[in-house]
Amino acid sequence: MYEPATTRADKPILVIGGGITGMTAALEAAEAGCRVVLIEKSPYLGGRTASFHLYFPKLCPPVCGLEINLQRIKRNPRIQILTLAELERLEGLPGNYQATVKVSPRYVTEACTACNACAEVCPSKRADDFNAGFSKTKAVYLPFKWAFPLRYVIDRAACANGCRACVEACKYEAVNLGQQPERKTFSVAAAVVATGWEPYDASRIDNLGFGKYPNIVTNVTLERLAAPDGPTQGKIVRPSDGQPPKQIVFVQCAGSRDENHLPYCSSVCCAASFKQASYLRAQNPKAEITIFYIDIRMPGRLEEFYSKVVKEAGIRLIKGKVGRIEGEPCTDDLLITAEEILAGKKIIARAGLVVLATGIVPQTRGLPPGFAVDEFGFISGSEGDFYIAGCVKRPQDVAASVRDGTGAALGALQSVVRSVQSG
Amino acid sequence: MDKKLGAYICGGCSIAESIDVDALVQIARTEYKVPVCRTHPFLCGPEGLATIRGDLANHAVDALVLAACSPRAKTDAFVFDPSVVLERVNLREQVVWSHKQRDEDTQMLAEDALRMSLAKVGKVEPLEPAPGEISTTVLIVGGGLTGLTAAAEAAEAGYDAVLVEKEERLGGHLADVRRVPPVRAPFTAARSSDLPQRIERVTENPNVNVFTSTNIVRTQGQPGMFDVTLQTGDERSTHRVGAIVAATGWKPYDTAKLGYLGYGLSPNVVTNLEFEKIAAAERWTRPSDGKPLSRVLFIQCAGSRDPNHLPYCSTICCTEALKQVQYLHESCPETEVYVVYRDMVTPGLYERYYRTVQDHPAAFFVKGDVSQVRRDSTGDVRVTLDHTLFGETAELVVDLVVLATGMVPNSTDGQVLNLPQEASSAQAASQVAEAEKKNGTSGAHDATGILNLAYRQGLELPLLRDGFPDSNFVCFPYETLRTGIYAAGAARAPMDAASAEEDARGAVMKAIQCIEFARRGQAVHPRAGDMSYPSFFLQRCTQCKRCTVECPFGALDEDEKGTPKLNPNRCRRCGICMGACPERIISFKNYSVEIIASIIKAVEVPEEDEEKPRILLFMCENDAYPALDAAGLARLQYDPAVRVIPVRCLGSVNVVWIADALSRGIDGVMLLGCKHGDDYQCHFAKGSELATRRLENVKETLSRLQLEPERIEVGQVAMEDYTKLPAMIDGFMARIREIGPNPYKGF
Repeated sequence: MYEPATTRADKPILVIGGGITGMTAALEAAEAGCRVVLIEKSPYLGGRTASFHLYFPKLCPPVCGLEINLQRIKRNPRIQILTLAELERLEGLPGNYQATVKVSPRYVTEACTACNACAEVCPSKRADDFNAGFSKTKAVYLPFKWAFPLRYVIDRAACANGCRACVEACKYEAVNLGQQPERKTFSVAAAVVATGWEPYDASRIDNLGFGKYPNIVTNVTLERLAAPDGPTQGKIVRPSDGQPPKQIVFVQCAGSRDENHLPYCSSVCCAASFKQASYLRAQNPKAEITIFYIDIRMPGRLEEFYSKVVKEAGIRLIKGKVGRIEGEPCTDDLLITAEEILAGKKIIARAGLVVLATGIVPQTRGLPPGFAVDEFGFISGSEGDFYIAGCVKRPQDVAASVRDGTGAALGALQSVVRSVQSG
Repeated sequence: MDKKLGAYICGGCSIAESIDVDALVQIARTEYKVPVCRTHPFLCGPEGLATIRGDLANHAVDALVLAACSPRAKTDAFVFDPSVVLERVNLREQVVWSHKQRDEDTQMLAEDALRMSLAKVGKVEPLEPAPGEISTTVLIVGGGLTGLTAAAEAAEAGYDAVLVEKEERLGGHLADVRRVPPVRAPFTAARSSDLPQRIERVTENPNVNVFTSTNIVRTQGQPGMFDVTLQTGDERSTHRVGAIVAATGWKPYDTAKLGYLGYGLSPNVVTNLEFEKIAAAERWTRPSDGKPLSRVLFIQCAGSRDPNHLPYCSTICCTEALKQVQYLHESCPETEVYVVYRDMVTPGLYERYYRTVQDHPAAFFVKGDVSQVRRDSTGDVRVTLDHTLFGETAELVVDLVVLATGMVPNSTDGQVLNLPQEASSAQAASQVAEAEKKNGTSGAHDATGILNLAYRQGLELPLLRDGFPDSNFVCFPYETLRTGIYAAGAARAPMDAASAEEDARGAVMKAIQCIEFARRGQAVHPRAGDMSYPSFFLQRCTQCKRCTVECPFGALDEDEKGTPKLNPNRCRRCGICMGACPERIISFKNYSVEIIASIIKAVEVPEEDEEKPRILLFMCENDAYPALDAAGLARLQYDPAVRVIPVRCLGSVNVVWIADALSRGIDGVMLLGCKHGDDYQCHFAKGSELATRRLENVKETLSRLQLEPERIEVGQVAMEDYTKLPAMIDGFMARIREIGPNPYKGF
C-alpha cells in the first residue's frame, strides 16, 4: 500500500515560534503527515495575535481562529509542543540537523489542572505583560483564558522570598519550585523560522513624547484596552484619568518610513489604525478621530474596508507627518504639531488620547548564526533546509503570514521527502 | 453493537466539594445500568488514568464516559485507542465552576449532564474511514507565475502534477514584462523575471505533465478522485487527480472603460502593460509621431480604488509604475517623469524602492486627482490635475501618458454558462439558478468556463466580493467553498509577484494535505481528521433537494429524480444537510437526529409546581461552547436551569429537536453560534445563517400550537465576548420565566 514519504520519515520538522505563522506551519505540515516539533519561548501558543482585540478587515476576534487551531493541535498526534523553549543551537547538514532547545522552568508540571487553587493563596503580584502592564496577576498565573497548554506558570522573580503557599495549596502536586532549565536535542530534517516581530520601541522617537505623557499609547497597547477581557473590560479610556477620550489622534508611521528609525513601511499599521478608529467610534459615536498619515497603504481588498470606515465613521484624514507631541500645560491633553502637506501649512491638533502606529521590528534574537539578515534586520534567506515565514521575513499582516507559513510548511515537507529519498 | 460502558467521575478541581458525586454514580448504575462506575479524586492523574486503562485492557469496558473537565481540557491525558468510544461530561467548567456549590439546582444540572452523555454514548457507533482509491496527482490550472511555481513545487514534494494552460505558451503576464520589481534587499533595482528558468524547472521535471492550448471541459468527482477531461485541439484526455490548484490569474481592467482618463483618445495614452512592450522594444518615442519623449506622465489607480470601476486596490500598480519610471531613468535620463497618485501603495520593503526612484532628479511624484485628459493638435496630451499638494489645479503637457490599469481576476469572465456535457442543459441551468437563489450569495455562481465542475451547485469556484474566489477567513486564507480546490495567486486576490509565488506554495501544501486526508478517509479543515460522514436512508427521501441546495460546499450531487448523492471527500462533516432534512434521514455514526433526540430525552423535566424551568442551549462547538468554557474558567455564574448540547455547527440543528424539547415540557430553546452576514465567522460559511432562517419558520409553527415564539432564540457569540455570555443566558432565562411554564409539561 502507498505510504507517503512524510510518514516514513524518521526525522521531524522543527518549527521555531508558536505565533500564528509558526502554528500554521506546524499544523499544515502535520496534517499532511509530517512529524513536527514546535517550540515557543512564551508559556503559551498564539503569539502576539492572541492578545489582539479584533482582526481587520472582518473585525473578528483572533481567539476564534486560535480555538480552531488549538482543536487541530489537540487532535493531531504528530505535533510535539514545547513552550518556554528557545533554540540554542542548530547545526548539521541538509536533511539532518541537530537542534538544541533550552526549556526554561515553568515551575508547574503537566499535572496542573488549571484549578486556580495556587493563585488563590499566592501573596505576590506581578505586572501582567499580556495586558501591556495595565493590570496585575498573581506570581502564579494563567496567561489568558485560551492559554495552551492550559497550565499555570510561575514568575519566580515576583515570588515572595521563601514562599511555598502554592506548593501547599496544590492538591495535584503540580508545583515544583525547584525545576531547572532543561536541554533537549532533536534530530530534524528541516526548520521553519517563524520568530515573528516586536513593536518598535516608541520611546526612541523623542519628538513623539511616548513615555513622557500617560495619554500617548501605542497601537499594540490599544488592542488590550479595547479587549473585553482586558484591563479595562474593553472600555477604551485615558490612562491618566480612566475617562473615555473625546478627541483621538492616530499618528501613522511612528518610526516607520523614517531613515532614523525604520527605513521601511511596516505594512499593517494603516489597516490597524482604521480598524481601531472603527471600534473606537463604535464604542463612542461622538469621538472625534484624526489620522495623520503619509500615504494610506491598504492594498487589495482592504481598500473596501478603508472606504467603509471612512464613510461610516466620519474620520478626519490629514496627509502630514507629525513633528512633535507635547502635553498641554495644566491638563492631561496633548498638542500635536504636524505639517499639513496638502495645505502647505503647519497645524496644531489637540487630543485626549494619542495612538502611535508603531511599526514592526523583526524578532531574530536567539537565532543561531547562518541566517542572512538584510539591512533592515529581516531574515532574507539561508543555506540549507531552513524556511523563513511571517514577520521575521518581512512586515506583513495575518492573512499574508498564514499564507507564508503554509508555503514554508511545503518547503519543510519537501526537505523531509528529500531526506527519505536519499535514505 | 452492545457496548461495555464505563463511567468515571472525577472529584477534582472542586467537583466533589460542589456536588454529590455518589448520587451521580447511582444514576449511572440504576438508571443506565452502567456495569463499571468509578470515582476518582484526580482522574487525569497517573492513578486515575491507570484505572481507566486497566479496565480497557481487561475488556471490562470498551466505551468511556468521563465526567470531569471540559472535553477541550486535558486532551493530552485522556488519550485512548481510537476504537474506544469516548464521551466527556463537562462537570467542571460548565457545572461546578459556573454555579453555586452544594446547591440543589447545581446537583440537578450535574445529574442531567451525566444522563445526557450516557444516553448519547449508547447510540454512538465506532467510525470507519470512507473508502477510496486516491490519486496523488495535483492538477494546476494556469501556467503563469503562480501555476508554474505550483507545478514545480508539487513535483518537488513528490506529487505528480498536471499543468493546464489555455494559451499556446507558458508564462502568463510574466512573458509580457521586461523586468519585475525587486523582491530582496537592497530593493533598489528591477530584476529579470527568470521566466526561461521557471519554465524549464517545470518542463524538465518528468513528474509534471504540461498541456498548453488546453481547456478543461469537465471536472467531476471529489478530492482524491477528481476526473478531469482536457481538450487540446481536437484531442480529449482524461486524468485522475487528487486535488486542484486554480491559478487562473488576471487580466487588465477593460480599457474601454478608461475613456475618462484619455484611453483611446490618442495613441500617446497607453496602459502599463502596453508600456512594457514599448520598453521591451526600447522604442523611447511618442507612438503618434516618433518624437522623443521629453515628458511622461503615469496616472495611478486607472480604474482601481473606484466604486464605479474596481472597488479594490490592485496592489501591484504602484510598484510596477516605479519599475517603469526606472526604465525611463535608465534609457532616457533627460525625460521628466511625473507620477500622479492618490497614495503610493508600496508597502513593506518596497519603501526603499520608492525612495530610490523618487530620489532621481527627473522624477516628480504628485498627489492629486486627474480631472481631465485632452489631446492637442501637436500630439501632446494635456492632463489637468486637481487637489495637488499645492492645493491648486494644474495642467501638465506631456508626450506620453501611462495608465496604471488594474487587475481583474479571470474568474469573472462571466461567459455564458458552460454546462456539463452529460446533464440535460435545461435541468442543470435550473438547478444552478435555484441553488443560487437559495444560497443567497450574489454572484456566487457566475460561471466562467474554467473548471467546469460537474457539481449540482454550479460550475466554478464560488466567488466572494469583487469576483475573487478568495477566502473569507483571515486565519485560513486557503478556505474555498469547494473542497480540494484551492485558488492561488492573482486569481484569489490582487497580489504582487513575490506574494503569488508564496501563495502557490501554500496552495500546493493545502492540495497535498487534502490528498493525504482523503487517503486516510478523513475530513479536511476545519474538522481536520474527522472520519465520520453522513449516510442517507434513501428509502424515505422525498427528493426535496434541501440538502443538495444548502450544503455550503457543494458536496452533494443529485440524480435525475433529485435524490442526493454524497461525495464523502467533498464533505466537511458540518451536518448542515442533517439540519436541513425534513425527513430526518441523514445521520453520522456519532452525530444524528436520533442521538441528539435521545440526549434531549435524557433531560429530567421537573413538574410545573416545582417551579424549575428548563432551557436547552444548542451551542456551536467552535465558538459558543469554548466561550462558555472560558466563562467557567473565569468563574462567571449563570442560571443552572440550562442544559447544554454542543453541535458541530448551528446549521446542523434539525428543527425536530426543538419540537422534541418543547413537547417534553422544556420551557425554552436557545441557539448560540457564530456571527453571520457579509463578514460571517461561521466556519461552515452559512450554518449560523441557515439556522436563523429555519428558526423563523419554526416560530410560525409554534404560534399555531399556542406556544409563544419567544421560547426560541438564536444568538451570535463573538468568542472574546465570553464575559457577556452569562448575561445573555440569564436574560433569556428571565424572559422565559416571565412567559411562564411550558403548558406541555407532564404530557
